[in-house]
Amino acid sequence: MADPIHQFQIVKLFTVAKLGGTEIAFTNSAAFMFTVVAAVSIFLIATTGERALVPGRLQSVSEITYEFVAGMLKDSAGEAGMKFFPFVFSLFVFVLIANLFGMIPFAFTVTSHIIVTFALAMLVFLTVTIYGFMRHGAHFLRVFVPSGVPMYVLPLVVLIELISFLSRPISHSVRLFANMLAGHITLKVFAGFVAGLLGAGAALAPLSILPLAMVVALTALEFLIAFLQAYVFAILTCIYLNDALHPGH
Amino acid sequence: MADNTTAHTSVAHTGAEGGHGSFPPFDSATFASQLLWLALAFVLLYWLMSRLALPRIAAIFEARRDRIAADLAEASRLKAEADTAGAAYEKALADARARAQAMAGEARDRLFGETEKSRHALEERLTARLAEADKAIAATRTAAMGQVRGIAVDTAAIIVRRLTGISAPEPAVAKAVDDVLRR
Repeated sequence: MADPIHQFQIVKLFTVAKLGGTEIAFTNSAAFMFTVVAAVSIFLIATTGERALVPGRLQSVSEITYEFVAGMLKDSAGEAGMKFFPFVFSLFVFVLIANLFGMIPFAFTVTSHIIVTFALAMLVFLTVTIYGFMRHGAHFLRVFVPSGVPMYVLPLVVLIELISFLSRPISHSVRLFANMLAGHITLKVFAGFVAGLLGAGAALAPLSILPLAMVVALTALEFLIAFLQAYVFAILTCIYLNDALHPGH
Repeated sequence: MADNTTAHTSVAHTGAEGGHGSFPPFDSATFASQLLWLALAFVLLYWLMSRLALPRIAAIFEARRDRIAADLAEASRLKAEADTAGAAYEKALADARARAQAMAGEARDRLFGETEKSRHALEERLTARLAEADKAIAATRTAAMGQVRGIAVDTAAIIVRRLTGISAPEPAVAKAVDDVLRR
Protein backbone atom coordinates (compact mmCIF):
# COMPACT_ATOMS: atom_id res chain seq x y z
CA MET A 1 0.00 0.00 0.00
CA ALA A 2 1.20 3.51 -0.80
CA ASP A 3 2.52 5.45 2.13
CA PRO A 4 -0.18 8.01 3.10
CA ILE A 5 2.51 10.30 4.54
CA HIS A 6 4.58 10.40 1.38
CA GLN A 7 2.43 13.16 -0.12
CA PHE A 8 3.61 15.58 2.56
CA GLN A 9 7.27 15.06 1.79
CA ILE A 10 9.26 18.20 1.07
CA VAL A 11 11.27 17.55 -2.07
CA LYS A 12 14.28 19.63 -2.99
CA LEU A 13 14.04 20.81 -6.56
CA PHE A 14 17.32 22.76 -6.71
CA THR A 15 19.70 24.46 -4.34
CA VAL A 16 19.60 28.23 -4.33
CA ALA A 17 22.42 29.05 -1.92
CA LYS A 18 24.43 27.66 0.92
CA LEU A 19 24.64 29.96 3.94
CA GLY A 20 27.25 28.53 6.29
CA GLY A 21 26.11 24.99 6.93
CA THR A 22 22.48 25.64 5.96
CA GLU A 23 21.37 24.87 2.47
CA ILE A 24 18.65 27.07 1.02
CA ALA A 25 16.79 24.95 -1.50
CA PHE A 26 13.86 25.62 -3.75
CA THR A 27 11.37 22.88 -2.86
CA ASN A 28 8.10 21.52 -4.12
CA SER A 29 6.43 23.45 -1.30
CA ALA A 30 7.98 26.72 -2.49
CA ALA A 31 7.02 25.90 -6.07
CA PHE A 32 3.39 25.44 -5.03
CA MET A 33 3.41 28.65 -2.98
CA PHE A 34 4.57 30.63 -5.99
CA THR A 35 2.18 28.75 -8.24
CA VAL A 36 -0.64 29.83 -5.96
CA VAL A 37 0.57 33.45 -6.02
CA ALA A 38 0.95 33.36 -9.80
CA ALA A 39 -2.44 31.70 -10.37
CA VAL A 40 -4.29 34.13 -8.11
CA SER A 41 -2.55 37.21 -9.47
CA ILE A 42 -2.83 36.25 -13.12
CA PHE A 43 -6.48 35.33 -12.75
CA LEU A 44 -7.47 38.49 -10.91
CA ILE A 45 -5.46 40.80 -13.14
CA ALA A 46 -6.35 39.11 -16.42
CA THR A 47 -10.08 38.87 -15.74
CA THR A 48 -10.35 42.51 -14.72
CA GLY A 49 -8.44 43.73 -17.78
CA GLU A 50 -11.54 44.71 -19.70
CA ARG A 51 -12.99 46.66 -16.75
CA ALA A 52 -16.36 45.82 -18.23
CA LEU A 53 -19.30 47.74 -16.86
CA VAL A 54 -21.36 44.58 -17.14
CA PRO A 55 -18.97 41.85 -16.05
CA GLY A 56 -18.44 38.61 -17.93
CA ARG A 57 -18.27 35.31 -16.13
CA LEU A 58 -14.61 35.43 -15.16
CA GLN A 59 -14.72 39.08 -14.16
CA SER A 60 -17.73 38.19 -12.03
CA VAL A 61 -15.65 35.58 -10.22
CA SER A 62 -13.06 38.21 -9.35
CA GLU A 63 -15.72 40.70 -8.29
CA ILE A 64 -17.60 38.14 -6.21
CA THR A 65 -14.39 37.10 -4.45
CA TYR A 66 -13.63 40.74 -3.73
CA GLU A 67 -17.10 41.43 -2.40
CA PHE A 68 -17.19 38.19 -0.44
CA VAL A 69 -14.01 39.07 1.48
CA ALA A 70 -14.97 42.73 1.78
CA GLY A 71 -18.38 41.76 3.17
CA MET A 72 -16.81 39.32 5.61
CA LEU A 73 -14.39 41.98 6.85
CA LYS A 74 -17.00 44.74 7.09
CA ASP A 75 -19.44 42.50 8.94
CA SER A 76 -16.84 41.46 11.49
CA ALA A 77 -14.66 44.53 11.90
CA GLY A 78 -16.75 47.35 10.48
CA GLU A 79 -15.79 49.98 7.94
CA ALA A 80 -12.56 50.68 9.83
CA GLY A 81 -11.43 47.14 9.12
CA MET A 82 -11.15 47.89 5.41
CA LYS A 83 -7.60 49.14 5.91
CA PHE A 84 -6.71 45.48 6.41
CA PHE A 85 -8.61 44.41 3.32
CA PRO A 86 -5.58 43.58 1.13
CA PHE A 87 -4.14 41.57 4.02
CA VAL A 88 -7.30 39.56 4.66
CA PHE A 89 -7.91 39.12 0.94
CA SER A 90 -4.36 37.84 0.39
CA LEU A 91 -4.68 35.44 3.30
CA PHE A 92 -8.04 34.14 2.10
CA VAL A 93 -7.07 33.56 -1.51
CA PHE A 94 -3.67 32.15 -0.58
CA VAL A 95 -5.17 29.57 1.78
CA LEU A 96 -8.12 28.84 -0.51
CA ILE A 97 -6.09 28.31 -3.65
CA ALA A 98 -3.37 26.40 -1.79
CA ASN A 99 -6.07 24.10 -0.40
CA LEU A 100 -7.66 23.66 -3.82
CA PHE A 101 -4.31 23.02 -5.53
CA GLY A 102 -3.83 20.33 -2.92
CA MET A 103 -6.87 18.56 -4.36
CA ILE A 104 -5.10 18.00 -7.68
CA PRO A 105 -3.74 14.45 -7.71
CA PHE A 106 0.03 14.31 -7.04
CA ALA A 107 0.01 17.97 -6.04
CA PHE A 108 1.56 19.23 -2.84
CA THR A 109 -0.68 20.86 -0.24
CA VAL A 110 1.11 23.92 1.11
CA THR A 111 -1.33 24.29 4.00
CA SER A 112 -0.76 20.73 5.22
CA HIS A 113 2.44 21.89 6.88
CA ILE A 114 2.06 23.30 10.37
CA ILE A 115 4.90 25.72 9.92
CA VAL A 116 3.11 27.42 7.03
CA THR A 117 -0.24 27.77 8.79
CA PHE A 118 1.49 28.73 12.03
CA ALA A 119 3.47 31.43 10.25
CA LEU A 120 0.27 32.83 8.76
CA ALA A 121 -1.51 32.66 12.11
CA MET A 122 1.42 34.40 13.82
CA LEU A 123 1.33 37.06 11.15
CA VAL A 124 -2.32 37.69 12.03
CA PHE A 125 -1.59 37.54 15.76
CA LEU A 126 1.30 39.99 15.53
CA THR A 127 -0.65 42.31 13.26
CA VAL A 128 -3.52 42.36 15.75
CA THR A 129 -1.29 42.82 18.79
CA ILE A 130 1.06 45.43 17.31
CA TYR A 131 -1.70 47.40 15.61
CA GLY A 132 -3.84 47.18 18.75
CA PHE A 133 -1.13 48.67 20.94
CA MET A 134 -0.15 51.26 18.31
CA ARG A 135 -3.71 52.41 17.84
CA HIS A 136 -5.03 52.23 21.38
CA GLY A 137 -1.91 52.05 23.56
CA ALA A 138 -2.67 50.61 26.99
CA HIS A 139 -6.39 50.75 26.17
CA PHE A 140 -5.83 47.73 23.98
CA LEU A 141 -5.64 45.73 27.24
CA ARG A 142 -9.36 46.27 27.61
CA VAL A 143 -9.69 43.39 25.15
CA PHE A 144 -8.99 41.15 28.15
CA VAL A 145 -11.59 42.83 30.37
CA PRO A 146 -15.13 42.08 29.23
CA SER A 147 -17.61 44.68 30.39
CA GLY A 148 -20.31 43.81 32.88
CA VAL A 149 -18.35 41.14 34.76
CA PRO A 150 -18.59 41.24 38.58
CA MET A 151 -15.37 42.23 40.36
CA TYR A 152 -14.94 38.95 42.23
CA VAL A 153 -14.71 36.85 39.06
CA LEU A 154 -12.87 39.48 37.05
CA PRO A 155 -9.33 38.15 37.74
CA LEU A 156 -10.36 34.71 36.60
CA VAL A 157 -12.08 36.04 33.49
CA VAL A 158 -9.07 38.18 32.62
CA LEU A 159 -6.81 35.16 33.02
CA ILE A 160 -9.05 33.09 30.74
CA GLU A 161 -9.22 35.89 28.19
CA LEU A 162 -5.45 36.26 28.27
CA ILE A 163 -4.88 32.54 27.75
CA SER A 164 -7.44 32.39 24.96
CA PHE A 165 -5.83 35.41 23.32
CA LEU A 166 -2.35 33.92 23.52
CA SER A 167 -3.48 30.53 22.29
CA ARG A 168 -5.15 32.05 19.22
CA PRO A 169 -2.24 31.50 16.85
CA ILE A 170 -2.14 27.84 17.88
CA SER A 171 -5.84 27.16 17.42
CA HIS A 172 -5.91 29.32 14.31
CA SER A 173 -3.06 27.43 12.65
CA VAL A 174 -3.73 23.91 13.92
CA ARG A 175 -7.36 24.02 12.73
CA LEU A 176 -6.33 24.58 9.13
CA PHE A 177 -3.27 22.34 9.23
CA ALA A 178 -5.04 19.41 10.90
CA ASN A 179 -8.00 19.58 8.56
CA MET A 180 -5.85 19.51 5.46
CA LEU A 181 -3.50 16.88 6.83
CA ALA A 182 -6.22 14.56 8.12
CA GLY A 183 -8.32 14.91 4.99
CA HIS A 184 -5.46 14.08 2.68
CA ILE A 185 -4.32 11.15 4.80
CA THR A 186 -7.86 9.77 4.90
CA LEU A 187 -8.20 10.08 1.15
CA LYS A 188 -4.89 8.34 0.61
CA VAL A 189 -5.71 5.55 3.08
CA PHE A 190 -9.05 4.78 1.45
CA ALA A 191 -7.48 4.98 -2.00
CA GLY A 192 -4.88 2.53 -0.68
CA PHE A 193 -7.67 0.14 0.35
CA VAL A 194 -8.97 0.19 -3.22
CA ALA A 195 -5.57 -0.77 -4.58
CA GLY A 196 -5.04 -3.34 -1.81
CA LEU A 197 -8.37 -5.09 -2.40
CA LEU A 198 -7.89 -5.10 -6.16
CA GLY A 199 -4.53 -6.76 -5.65
CA ALA A 200 -5.79 -9.27 -3.09
CA GLY A 201 -7.29 -11.69 -5.59
CA ALA A 202 -10.51 -12.23 -7.47
CA ALA A 203 -12.51 -12.97 -4.32
CA LEU A 204 -11.83 -9.62 -2.68
CA ALA A 205 -11.52 -7.42 -5.77
CA PRO A 206 -15.27 -6.64 -6.10
CA LEU A 207 -15.23 -5.32 -2.54
CA SER A 208 -12.92 -2.51 -3.66
CA ILE A 209 -16.03 -0.65 -4.84
CA LEU A 210 -16.77 0.20 -1.19
CA PRO A 211 -13.60 2.17 -0.41
CA LEU A 212 -13.81 3.66 -3.92
CA ALA A 213 -17.27 5.07 -3.15
CA MET A 214 -15.82 6.38 0.10
CA VAL A 215 -12.98 8.07 -1.79
CA VAL A 216 -15.46 9.75 -4.13
CA ALA A 217 -17.54 11.00 -1.19
CA LEU A 218 -14.44 12.11 0.71
CA THR A 219 -13.16 13.99 -2.33
CA ALA A 220 -16.37 16.00 -2.42
CA LEU A 221 -16.08 16.58 1.32
CA GLU A 222 -12.45 17.64 0.91
CA PHE A 223 -13.41 20.26 -1.67
CA LEU A 224 -15.94 21.60 0.81
CA ILE A 225 -13.33 21.59 3.57
CA ALA A 226 -10.78 23.27 1.31
CA PHE A 227 -13.16 26.18 0.91
CA LEU A 228 -14.55 26.08 4.43
CA GLN A 229 -11.17 26.14 6.14
CA ALA A 230 -10.03 29.06 4.00
CA TYR A 231 -13.24 30.84 4.97
CA VAL A 232 -12.79 29.98 8.65
CA PHE A 233 -9.19 31.15 8.57
CA ALA A 234 -10.22 34.45 6.99
CA ILE A 235 -13.25 35.05 9.22
CA LEU A 236 -11.19 34.38 12.37
CA THR A 237 -8.63 36.86 11.04
CA CYS A 238 -11.45 39.39 10.66
CA ILE A 239 -12.70 38.73 14.20
CA TYR A 240 -9.20 39.08 15.65
CA LEU A 241 -8.65 42.28 13.68
CA ASN A 242 -11.89 43.58 15.15
CA ASP A 243 -10.29 43.24 18.60
CA ALA A 244 -7.40 45.39 17.44
CA LEU A 245 -9.78 48.00 16.00
CA HIS A 246 -12.39 48.00 18.77
CA PRO A 247 -10.85 46.51 21.91
CA GLY A 248 -13.69 47.64 24.19
CA HIS A 249 -15.93 44.72 23.17
CA MET B 1 11.03 1.01 -4.69
CA ALA B 2 10.45 4.37 -6.27
CA ASP B 3 8.90 5.62 -3.03
CA ASN B 4 11.98 4.67 -1.10
CA THR B 5 14.43 6.42 -3.37
CA THR B 6 12.43 9.65 -3.44
CA ALA B 7 11.99 9.55 0.30
CA HIS B 8 15.74 9.44 0.73
CA THR B 9 16.63 12.17 -1.73
CA SER B 10 13.63 14.30 -0.94
CA VAL B 11 14.36 15.95 2.38
CA ALA B 12 15.30 19.49 1.64
CA HIS B 13 17.89 20.00 4.32
CA THR B 14 19.92 16.86 4.30
CA GLY B 15 22.23 16.64 7.22
CA ALA B 16 20.53 19.26 9.34
CA GLU B 17 19.02 17.97 12.57
CA GLY B 18 18.45 14.56 11.01
CA GLY B 19 14.97 14.87 9.54
CA HIS B 20 15.09 11.46 7.89
CA GLY B 21 12.07 9.31 8.30
CA SER B 22 10.20 11.68 10.58
CA PHE B 23 6.68 12.92 9.89
CA PRO B 24 7.26 15.59 7.20
CA PRO B 25 5.00 18.35 8.61
CA PHE B 26 6.90 18.13 11.93
CA ASP B 27 10.35 17.90 10.35
CA SER B 28 11.95 21.05 11.73
CA ALA B 29 14.78 20.81 9.23
CA THR B 30 12.43 22.07 6.51
CA PHE B 31 10.98 24.92 8.57
CA ALA B 32 13.56 27.55 7.71
CA SER B 33 13.24 27.13 3.96
CA GLN B 34 9.43 26.92 4.12
CA LEU B 35 9.30 30.11 6.17
CA LEU B 36 11.61 31.88 3.76
CA TRP B 37 9.62 30.89 0.67
CA LEU B 38 6.32 31.54 2.40
CA ALA B 39 7.48 35.01 3.38
CA LEU B 40 8.61 35.75 -0.16
CA ALA B 41 5.48 34.31 -1.73
CA PHE B 42 3.11 36.03 0.68
CA VAL B 43 4.83 39.40 0.42
CA LEU B 44 4.70 39.07 -3.36
CA LEU B 45 1.00 38.13 -3.21
CA TYR B 46 0.23 40.97 -0.82
CA TRP B 47 2.07 43.42 -3.04
CA LEU B 48 0.32 42.21 -6.19
CA MET B 49 -3.09 42.26 -4.50
CA SER B 50 -2.78 45.64 -2.80
CA ARG B 51 -1.07 47.40 -5.71
CA LEU B 52 -2.61 45.78 -8.77
CA ALA B 53 -5.51 43.40 -8.45
CA LEU B 54 -7.65 44.94 -5.71
CA PRO B 55 -7.40 48.57 -6.92
CA ARG B 56 -8.47 47.36 -10.36
CA ILE B 57 -11.54 45.62 -9.01
CA ALA B 58 -12.30 48.57 -6.72
CA ALA B 59 -11.98 50.88 -9.75
CA ILE B 60 -14.50 48.72 -11.62
CA PHE B 61 -16.96 49.04 -8.74
CA GLU B 62 -16.29 52.76 -8.54
CA ALA B 63 -16.86 53.21 -12.26
CA ARG B 64 -20.05 51.19 -12.08
CA ARG B 65 -21.34 53.24 -9.13
CA ASP B 66 -20.44 56.50 -10.88
CA ARG B 67 -22.06 55.35 -14.08
CA ILE B 68 -25.25 54.37 -12.30
CA ALA B 69 -25.34 57.68 -10.41
CA ALA B 70 -24.71 59.60 -13.63
CA ASP B 71 -27.38 57.62 -15.47
CA LEU B 72 -29.87 58.25 -12.70
CA ALA B 73 -29.10 61.98 -12.75
CA GLU B 74 -29.47 62.00 -16.54
CA ALA B 75 -32.74 60.09 -16.26
CA SER B 76 -34.20 62.54 -13.73
CA ARG B 77 -33.07 65.47 -15.89
CA LEU B 78 -34.74 63.92 -18.93
CA LYS B 79 -37.84 63.22 -16.88
CA ALA B 80 -38.01 66.86 -15.80
CA GLU B 81 -37.60 67.87 -19.44
CA ALA B 82 -40.32 65.47 -20.47
CA ASP B 83 -42.58 66.85 -17.75
CA THR B 84 -42.02 70.41 -18.99
CA ALA B 85 -42.68 69.35 -22.57
CA GLY B 86 -45.77 67.49 -21.41
CA ALA B 87 -47.09 70.57 -19.60
CA ALA B 88 -46.42 72.72 -22.68
CA TYR B 89 -48.19 70.20 -24.84
CA GLU B 90 -51.18 70.12 -22.50
CA LYS B 91 -51.35 73.90 -22.56
CA ALA B 92 -51.12 74.05 -26.36
CA LEU B 93 -53.78 71.39 -26.58
CA ALA B 94 -56.08 73.31 -24.24
CA ASP B 95 -55.50 76.54 -26.23
CA ALA B 96 -56.17 74.81 -29.48
CA ARG B 97 -59.29 73.24 -28.09
CA ALA B 98 -60.56 76.58 -26.84
CA ARG B 99 -59.81 78.23 -30.20
CA ALA B 100 -61.46 75.40 -32.06
CA GLN B 101 -64.53 75.72 -29.87
CA ALA B 102 -64.63 79.46 -30.48
CA MET B 103 -64.34 78.95 -34.22
CA ALA B 104 -66.93 76.24 -34.20
CA GLY B 105 -69.33 78.41 -32.22
CA GLU B 106 -68.81 81.31 -34.57
CA ALA B 107 -69.32 79.14 -37.61
CA ARG B 108 -72.42 77.62 -36.07
CA ASP B 109 -73.88 81.03 -35.28
CA ARG B 110 -73.12 82.32 -38.76
CA LEU B 111 -74.55 79.28 -40.46
CA PHE B 112 -77.59 79.40 -38.20
CA GLY B 113 -78.17 83.04 -39.14
CA GLU B 114 -77.81 82.30 -42.82
CA THR B 115 -80.09 79.33 -42.62
CA GLU B 116 -82.65 81.34 -40.72
CA LYS B 117 -82.52 84.05 -43.35
CA SER B 118 -82.93 81.68 -46.26
CA ARG B 119 -85.65 79.85 -44.39
CA HIS B 120 -87.51 83.15 -43.90
CA ALA B 121 -87.15 83.99 -47.56
CA LEU B 122 -88.38 80.56 -48.52
CA GLU B 123 -91.29 80.81 -46.11
CA GLU B 124 -92.30 84.19 -47.51
CA ARG B 125 -92.09 82.89 -51.02
CA LEU B 126 -94.12 79.85 -50.10
CA THR B 127 -96.73 81.98 -48.27
CA ALA B 128 -97.04 84.18 -51.32
CA ARG B 129 -97.49 81.21 -53.56
CA LEU B 130 -99.95 79.70 -51.13
CA ALA B 131 -102.00 82.90 -51.17
CA GLU B 132 -101.89 82.93 -54.95
CA ALA B 133 -102.95 79.33 -55.03
CA ASP B 134 -105.75 80.07 -52.56
CA LYS B 135 -106.89 82.91 -54.74
CA ALA B 136 -106.79 80.72 -57.84
CA ILE B 137 -108.70 78.01 -56.02
CA ALA B 138 -111.35 80.52 -54.88
CA ALA B 139 -111.66 81.90 -58.42
CA THR B 140 -111.90 78.44 -59.86
CA ARG B 141 -114.47 77.54 -57.24
CA THR B 142 -116.57 80.63 -57.88
CA ALA B 143 -116.39 79.89 -61.58
CA ALA B 144 -117.25 76.28 -60.94
CA MET B 145 -120.10 77.20 -58.63
CA GLY B 146 -121.49 79.52 -61.35
CA GLN B 147 -121.37 76.70 -63.81
CA VAL B 148 -122.88 74.26 -61.23
CA ARG B 149 -126.04 76.50 -61.04
CA GLY B 150 -126.49 76.49 -64.81
CA ILE B 151 -125.92 72.70 -64.93
CA ALA B 152 -128.33 72.22 -62.02
CA VAL B 153 -131.00 74.33 -63.68
CA ASP B 154 -130.63 72.45 -66.97
CA THR B 155 -130.60 69.10 -65.20
CA ALA B 156 -133.66 70.02 -63.11
CA ALA B 157 -135.54 71.15 -66.24
CA ILE B 158 -134.68 67.87 -67.99
CA ILE B 159 -135.63 65.77 -64.93
CA VAL B 160 -139.00 67.66 -64.62
CA ARG B 161 -139.71 67.12 -68.36
CA ARG B 162 -138.86 63.43 -68.19
CA LEU B 163 -140.87 62.82 -65.02
CA THR B 164 -143.90 64.95 -65.82
CA GLY B 165 -143.80 65.22 -69.62
CA ILE B 166 -144.24 68.89 -69.46
CA SER B 167 -141.55 71.42 -69.89
CA ALA B 168 -141.37 73.84 -67.05
CA PRO B 169 -140.64 77.44 -67.84
CA GLU B 170 -137.01 78.15 -67.35
CA PRO B 171 -137.33 81.10 -64.89
CA ALA B 172 -139.45 78.89 -62.55
CA VAL B 173 -136.84 76.11 -62.62
CA ALA B 174 -134.04 78.60 -62.03
CA LYS B 175 -135.95 80.05 -59.11
CA ALA B 176 -136.59 76.60 -57.58
CA VAL B 177 -132.83 75.60 -57.97
CA ASP B 178 -131.73 78.88 -56.41
CA ASP B 179 -134.08 78.14 -53.47
CA VAL B 180 -132.48 74.69 -52.96
CA LEU B 181 -128.93 76.01 -53.35
CA ARG B 182 -129.63 78.75 -50.89
CA ARG B 183 -130.78 76.28 -48.24
